Amino acid sequence: MTRYLTHRLLLALPTLLGVAVLIFIMLRVVPGDIVELKLRGEGGNVTQDVVERERARLGLDKPLAAQFGDWMVGLVTLDFGKSMWTERPVVDEIGLRFKLSFELAILSMLIAVAVALPLGTVSALLRDTWIDYVVRFVSVAGLAMPAFWLGMLMILALLHFFNWLPPITFTPLWQDPVANLSQLIWPALAVGYRYSAVVTRMLRSSIIEVMNEDYVRTARAKGMRERIVIGRHALRNALLPTTTVVGLEFAFLIGGLVVTEQVFNLNGLGKLFVQAVTRNDFTLVQGLVMLVATVSVLVNLAVDLLYAVLDPRIRYR
Amino acid sequence: MNPSSARHAEAPASQPDAGYLLAVSDLRVQFETSRGTVHAVDGVTYGVRRGETVALVGESGSGKSVSALAIMRLLPRTTARVSGEVLFDGRDLLALPAAHMRALRGREIAMIFQEPMTSLNPVLSIGLQLSEPLRAHLGLSEARARQRAIELLSQVGITDPEHRLRQYPHQLSGGMRQRVMIAMALSCGPKLIIADEPTTALDVTIQAQILDLLRDLSRRLGIALVLITHNLGIVARYADRVNVMYAAQLAEQAAAGPLFATPRHFYTLALLRSIPRLDRRRTARLATIEGLPPDLRDPAPGCRFAPRCAARIAACENVPRLAEIGPGHRSACVRAHEVAAAPEPAADSGARRRPAALPPLLEIEDLKKHFGVAAGPRAAMIRTPLVRAVDGVSLVIGRGETLGLVGESGCGKTTVGRLVVGLETPTSGRIRIDGRDIAGDAVRDFRGFRRKVQMVFQDPYSALNPRMTVGAFIAEPLLVHRLVPSRAAARARVTDLLRQVGLYPYMAERYPHELSGGQRQRVGIARALALEPSLIVCDEPVSALDVSIQGQVINLLESLRDRHALSLLFISHDLAVVRHICDRVAVMYLGKLMEFADRDTIYDAPRHPYTQALLDAVPVPDPAIEAARRPSRLKGEIPSPLDPPAGCVFHTRCPIATERCRREVPELRELSPGHHAACHNIGGAAA
Repeated sequence: MTRYLTHRLLLALPTLLGVAVLIFIMLRVVPGDIVELKLRGEGGNVTQDVVERERARLGLDKPLAAQFGDWMVGLVTLDFGKSMWTERPVVDEIGLRFKLSFELAILSMLIAVAVALPLGTVSALLRDTWIDYVVRFVSVAGLAMPAFWLGMLMILALLHFFNWLPPITFTPLWQDPVANLSQLIWPALAVGYRYSAVVTRMLRSSIIEVMNEDYVRTARAKGMRERIVIGRHALRNALLPTTTVVGLEFAFLIGGLVVTEQVFNLNGLGKLFVQAVTRNDFTLVQGLVMLVATVSVLVNLAVDLLYAVLDPRIRYR
Repeated sequence: MNPSSARHAEAPASQPDAGYLLAVSDLRVQFETSRGTVHAVDGVTYGVRRGETVALVGESGSGKSVSALAIMRLLPRTTARVSGEVLFDGRDLLALPAAHMRALRGREIAMIFQEPMTSLNPVLSIGLQLSEPLRAHLGLSEARARQRAIELLSQVGITDPEHRLRQYPHQLSGGMRQRVMIAMALSCGPKLIIADEPTTALDVTIQAQILDLLRDLSRRLGIALVLITHNLGIVARYADRVNVMYAAQLAEQAAAGPLFATPRHFYTLALLRSIPRLDRRRTARLATIEGLPPDLRDPAPGCRFAPRCAARIAACENVPRLAEIGPGHRSACVRAHEVAAAPEPAADSGARRRPAALPPLLEIEDLKKHFGVAAGPRAAMIRTPLVRAVDGVSLVIGRGETLGLVGESGCGKTTVGRLVVGLETPTSGRIRIDGRDIAGDAVRDFRGFRRKVQMVFQDPYSALNPRMTVGAFIAEPLLVHRLVPSRAAARARVTDLLRQVGLYPYMAERYPHELSGGQRQRVGIARALALEPSLIVCDEPVSALDVSIQGQVINLLESLRDRHALSLLFISHDLAVVRHICDRVAVMYLGKLMEFADRDTIYDAPRHPYTQALLDAVPVPDPAIEAARRPSRLKGEIPSPLDPPAGCVFHTRCPIATERCRREVPELRELSPGHHAACHNIGGAAA
């Protein structure tokens, strides 16, 4: 097991390296210049000399190879540099928002799983009854409705019915859970709904498939109660493909919730990402991309490990 | 003939007499499908006494499995409609409340299913699955259930039961899993066990072990057994009484002896005549049952077998009735008393004249194929274990000769076939066709070589491309090899090929799903023939087909072989089929040849202990012969080809193994002209 983990983590290194190289090249190829934007963006009239000096200060005048070398050295020493715009360390900029985004992703996932497990199971077992139709309608609606639009409706409803709006400033969960949740539960619901729709549909179809398996028939032939047939024999097998979907969606939520964050006025990674890209803040974009890539790799590893827990046929050595 | 039989059709065919543990009467199952109502079981009546073994025999789709599931009430309630009466120990199972029925399942009636690979839950341990019914039905504590589970596993012959309890199904072989299924069925001391094709997925030596075990245990514990099978040999060996099903109805009902000795239904007779016999020299082509079983959505009112029956008369259009024609012997045939007088099929040139010395077409010399097992990113980093799938096989097939290659799963017979066709590259050794070594340059001279050697695959359901019409499928090799000048010429050739394999030219427009299994296999044969090969490798060409269809395909292969002077490499696990069609037979075990000889030599006087055990394991469809046989059964399982035994690969299961066999690999020796065997302990040139 330890060997397997080490092995997987070592294999992640080339993946991350590839991402680092790609994002470096892509940023340099795309037109746009942070110094121009910073100094002249708002109509400021500065001399070419000032621009050149600023470029030199940021290290943008060095040859690409040298810049790349700096980036690689920084990566290895876990030094992601400073934001070219705010001058604050990239790690601080990200760290400030990561807590919020991470908590939001976790909350959404919990909501999604809590909703999808019963709904998917019930809808599969009562296939083609009115309950199934209702669940299917609800989950298709969840797929069709953008989370930000649902979020806007929620905000309007809160304002209209309770004359109240969720707080804007982030309070860490362990400092004041009520304040924290009263801010984050709404976007989590909006995002979790869509998330749950994906998981519900996956779970429904895998349960339907599993219920036709021979071993479910065997369990019934043994005279097991239906509750045990479903809970013990069917569900555990059906959870395997569902786990993959949960993991894939989760990786997306870190840094992918640009519009939802906008709607709820959250200071999250999505917003930071957009800012960094529009400002051509190379160091910050690079840092964010590396973060998202790392989370994806770790989530995939977590899914694979969970597989091994659920399925004895998978054993890692 | 009974002109008034139609009037009686509504009444139950026979009243089950008292003393039956299970009395099924007029059982009917209908499935509602989008394309109409399928009458899957249509008025089936039979009884099972305490402690006896009753077989339900029939081809696929005859309703035998569905009727069993209906008795257990395991059919989906939404689509299946079940009616009739199933009395079990005085209670009507079909009328019981669901909770009572559940309490009965696994407790008083247990079931064993066909596929041991999929019938156990892959994510739950053997121990949990085995103790589940004990805890649910008998209320045993966890510790007591575990104790009992260990006892059960030892009872079904599983060694090291404590360890097995912690294992998961994928860690057990197919035979082991079926033993676990049997242990599970026995766990709560049932009165009746229904075994649905319990050994169809298993090798013949393991099949014999499992069925012997099931018979011995049920006899000792007084459990009644319903044995569902398509294999008449199994019926003859294990059943006390037999119900023959055809197209959702019972055709004939009798004790096993009379059924095989004097069948009273033309379907039973045709079935018995259409299977090749392991114990007899071939005297004639197989009698076949032409055509297909009827569509069960809207079957004609008369005898369902009549359209395929050579002895049909006008009265066959009346509704048949299962009538008593002897003590305990019932038949639904209006000419039941005339079946015995049906003429024997005419003998053909049974002993096919084979020239003494055929010029060799295919020569295989010391052929080896080793597979590395590890896959994925680590494969290159660690030393990978080898599977020696084929380990030094030498064979010769003469021009126009048919060589049978037999053995159990994992023996490497299929790999030999794939190597000969060029689907695998040998690790070492030579394959010569017409004197030219093709093992080395199979890839370079792909086309020229592929033309000469073609293959017919096992599973006609997956071997044809589902999105290609039959015509396009057969024409493809013609076009690839530019054997025809134009598409029109290709069409003409396809028409000709379809005729040769007994299909109609219009079928060229059809897609595979529109054809039956037998028709698809004919298409596969037509495709192989298209390139006018000199050798066709047939890999289990009939094992996926029903008995009556199997005979048709075997006869087709024989006549094509004779017409085109083809050589066949016939790979099969079915020893009776091989005896029927092959000139010579080679027996493989764990990648090595054990014995080869002329077919009658090998079947009448096998010398190698493995061949003898293999032949002993195959049941013969004749209860009289089965009763007289005192077969020695092979013990244990086939060792993993990953870790084959040292010395003679067979020594771990061999009844006559000595110390020498554990050390020294036996060479293949010629015992008598043309008869070779690899064994240290059999005499030299004895006849």
